[in-house]
Amino acid sequence: MLPIGALLAGCAVFSLFLLLQGKSPAEFFALVYRAGFGTAFSWENTLSRAAPLLLAALCVALPARLGLVVIGGEGAIVLGGVGAGFAGVLLSGEPAGVALPVMLLAAMLLGALWIGAIGALRHYRGVNETIASLLMAYIAIALMNHLVEGPLRDPASLNKPSTAPLNEALRVGTIPGWNVHWGLAFGVVACVLAWVLIDKTTWGFAARIAGGNVRAAQVQALPVGKLILSFTALGGAFAGMAGFFEVAAVHGSANASLAGGYGYTGILIAFLARHNPLAIVPVAILLAGFEASSGLVQRRMDLPDATVLVLQGFVFMAILMSETLYGRFKVFAPERWRTV
Amino acid sequence: MSTVATKRGAIGVETLHMTMRFGGFTALDDCSIKITPGSFHALLGENGAGKSTLVKCMMGFYHATSGEILVDRREARITDPRAAHALGLGMVYQHFTLVPSLTVAENLVISREDAPRIIDWRAERADLQAFMDRMPFQVPLDQSVRALAAGEKQKLEILKQLYLGRRFLILDEPTSVLTPDEADEVLSHVRGLCQDGVISVLMITHKFREVTAYADQVSVLRRGKLVGGGRVAELDHTDMAALMMSDATLARPAPRSGMRGAPVLELDGITARDRTGLKDIRIDRLCVHAGEIVGVAGISGNGQMELMEILTGQRPYRSGEIRVKGAPYTARRDDAQRHNIRFLPEEPLHNACAPRMSVSDNIAFRSFDRHGGFWLSSRDMRARASDLVQQFKVKTTSIDVPISALSGGNVQRTVLARELSGEVDLLIISNPCFGLDFSAVSEIRSRIMQARNAGAAVLILSEDLDEIMELTDRVLVMSGGALTYNAATAEADIATIGYHMGGHA
Repeated sequence: MLPIGALLAGCAVFSLFLLLQGKSPAEFFALVYRAGFGTAFSWENTLSRAAPLLLAALCVALPARLGLVVIGGEGAIVLGGVGAGFAGVLLSGEPAGVALPVMLLAAMLLGALWIGAIGALRHYRGVNETIASLLMAYIAIALMNHLVEGPLRDPASLNKPSTAPLNEALRVGTIPGWNVHWGLAFGVVACVLAWVLIDKTTWGFAARIAGGNVRAAQVQALPVGKLILSFTALGGAFAGMAGFFEVAAVHGSANASLAGGYGYTGILIAFLARHNPLAIVPVAILLAGFEASSGLVQRRMDLPDATVLVLQGFVFMAILMSETLYGRFKVFAPERWRTV
Repeated sequence: MSTVATKRGAIGVETLHMTMRFGGFTALDDCSIKITPGSFHALLGENGAGKSTLVKCMMGFYHATSGEILVDRREARITDPRAAHALGLGMVYQHFTLVPSLTVAENLVISREDAPRIIDWRAERADLQAFMDRMPFQVPLDQSVRALAAGEKQKLEILKQLYLGRRFLILDEPTSVLTPDEADEVLSHVRGLCQDGVISVLMITHKFREVTAYADQVSVLRRGKLVGGGRVAELDHTDMAALMMSDATLARPAPRSGMRGAPVLELDGITARDRTGLKDIRIDRLCVHAGEIVGVAGISGNGQMELMEILTGQRPYRSGEIRVKGAPYTARRDDAQRHNIRFLPEEPLHNACAPRMSVSDNIAFRSFDRHGGFWLSSRDMRARASDLVQQFKVKTTSIDVPISALSGGNVQRTVLARELSGEVDLLIISNPCFGLDFSAVSEIRSRIMQARNAGAAVLILSEDLDEIMELTDRVLVMSGGALTYNAATAEADIATIGYHMGGHA
């Protein structure tokens, strides 16, 4: 209820922003609809963009169920991409059935280590996970730049330093009948699995207790440290998986395009979905549609393509502000108003 | 200097047909109560009886739905606390509102609404000294508040109100943080001020002893209605309890039965850092046997919270050993489950529940992984929750509402249902009845007694000495991070306990 209100409020403020520039909000949203959801082609475009967003949002939502605000999924995506790209180069002679799983595992492992390290810093050293994850994302991007411009660079990549291009056999294809790569299916399955984990298993229940009140979890002698490590690592593994698909299905090699901001859009999606993995699916598709439209908006309305980022920014502000409204209104929390 | 009001002396306050509704809930129902000038008026009632609502209406925090208030026999419109202050009404809250790092003098000056931007300390200091000299009791002006004992702080809170020119004071459970001696001292000063006609006082309290010993008038609220009261001299404790209690009969604490068994919990030579990291907690020896209740008395902040944390595994200890039934205890979940160890931390909503999770989920905290499986069985959880909610008479509209929607007593009942169901060998409790109403308290105490009689070893850490004296078989006193006193409760002497609580031993 509130997230939808926040989404609308963000759009309303954004409309004012457009009006100030003499542009028509109606035209803008009509274009977004056309570019994102109007035709079969635009749907395919949107869904392809949704794949990494689903996985990036899980990297925020899973730790969030333990009360941790991890905003550095971008780092895990980037390192996962480099890992997948490098593994792909090493295994270029192997059959896809061997090489692709290894590449995927390498990407997930790197992502898990990166975000899991943030969980470990939090649990063992009391380091604020939000700041740590943000800063470590910059370290990850710098590491990637170092690797693709240095030791892992393909001498043939001149303008855009990259790892060597993947063997054609090691590229992930599209889902049969659609022009959408397999990352979407993996992303949706990952969301469902995450939901099952949180809602249907004892391990997820323990995590919800720790997220609901860590003192209560400690008094119940629940293994809070293990929960933090496993949930941050799992979130990181999903983000690493996003990196794998970016390399193996989209770019064909690891390069600076990996730091495309999916990790940051994922934060917005997770918050809009209130960290519910099932809600992440529609929200990610909606936001992917917004992003898919930026090119058309730029051409038709003569607006810079960053305009869509401005919209995202307004929506995110509205979401964060709406968090303080929980329990303030009778309609949202009627039970709180019963006693004095 | 304009703060010390030009008009002095006690004033009376009277409410007429005051009603306060929150949505459909009537917190205060046609309440007419009169506090005459110079009287020491006690306000009794269970939790949720409307005491706080009534004084908040007087102080302008709430605006009554209907009804009037007379201050000094004139009708008054109190729109906010500032207006109440202007009329000479003041309130001393349950918890201190002083700035610990400042001195007494600085605390007094900054409390003034008209404190000047540039303070002439020399002049203020002289004024304050003159003010202190007029008062029947003093607090050293240059002392930093942090260094004051709790009783001194409470005296300072009252002095502050007098300094601000208040002529009618509301005291909200003023002795809840004091030792019995400190409480007696503070209250006798308050009574003196009333008798001298300096102030009138309305005191919210739970303690009958204080009403009988110090107040002259009493009013009793129940479910928002004024149900009785009068001159304290004409009422005894039974009358007051009868007025406070609703029709429900009190559960008597179950009589003691059974024999003391083998040692269950043993602590030897435990040392750990305290909360501030500056001092040490030292427990040389603590032993709780099966079938006995051991109480640890003490003023809060003397290491009880740390002891609880050590036992729950939340605080590492440097040396020493904890044994349960003779085996070293690690505070791991399987360990706690194997030995049937249960914890009831204080403020259960804050320390033992996830407020936003449902009643049913909260009840499942201890048992959800008992079967050792991977999948959560929500059907079993719900069935168990419905069963326990009924057994422990938890009042809730459904087991699916967030537990934070329940009243304090019902949250505690829910936690008891979770922790006391099944076989219990060791029960560790901290302030089980803090802030709970009368009927919840007696019920919870009888549950604890039942667990003891069934052979559980029970350790209670409590700030409420009456509770310790009523429940325990053996009493210890914790002071300065160590256990300083140990006696059978039947032979223990309150004065000696109080002496140790004050850290004089």
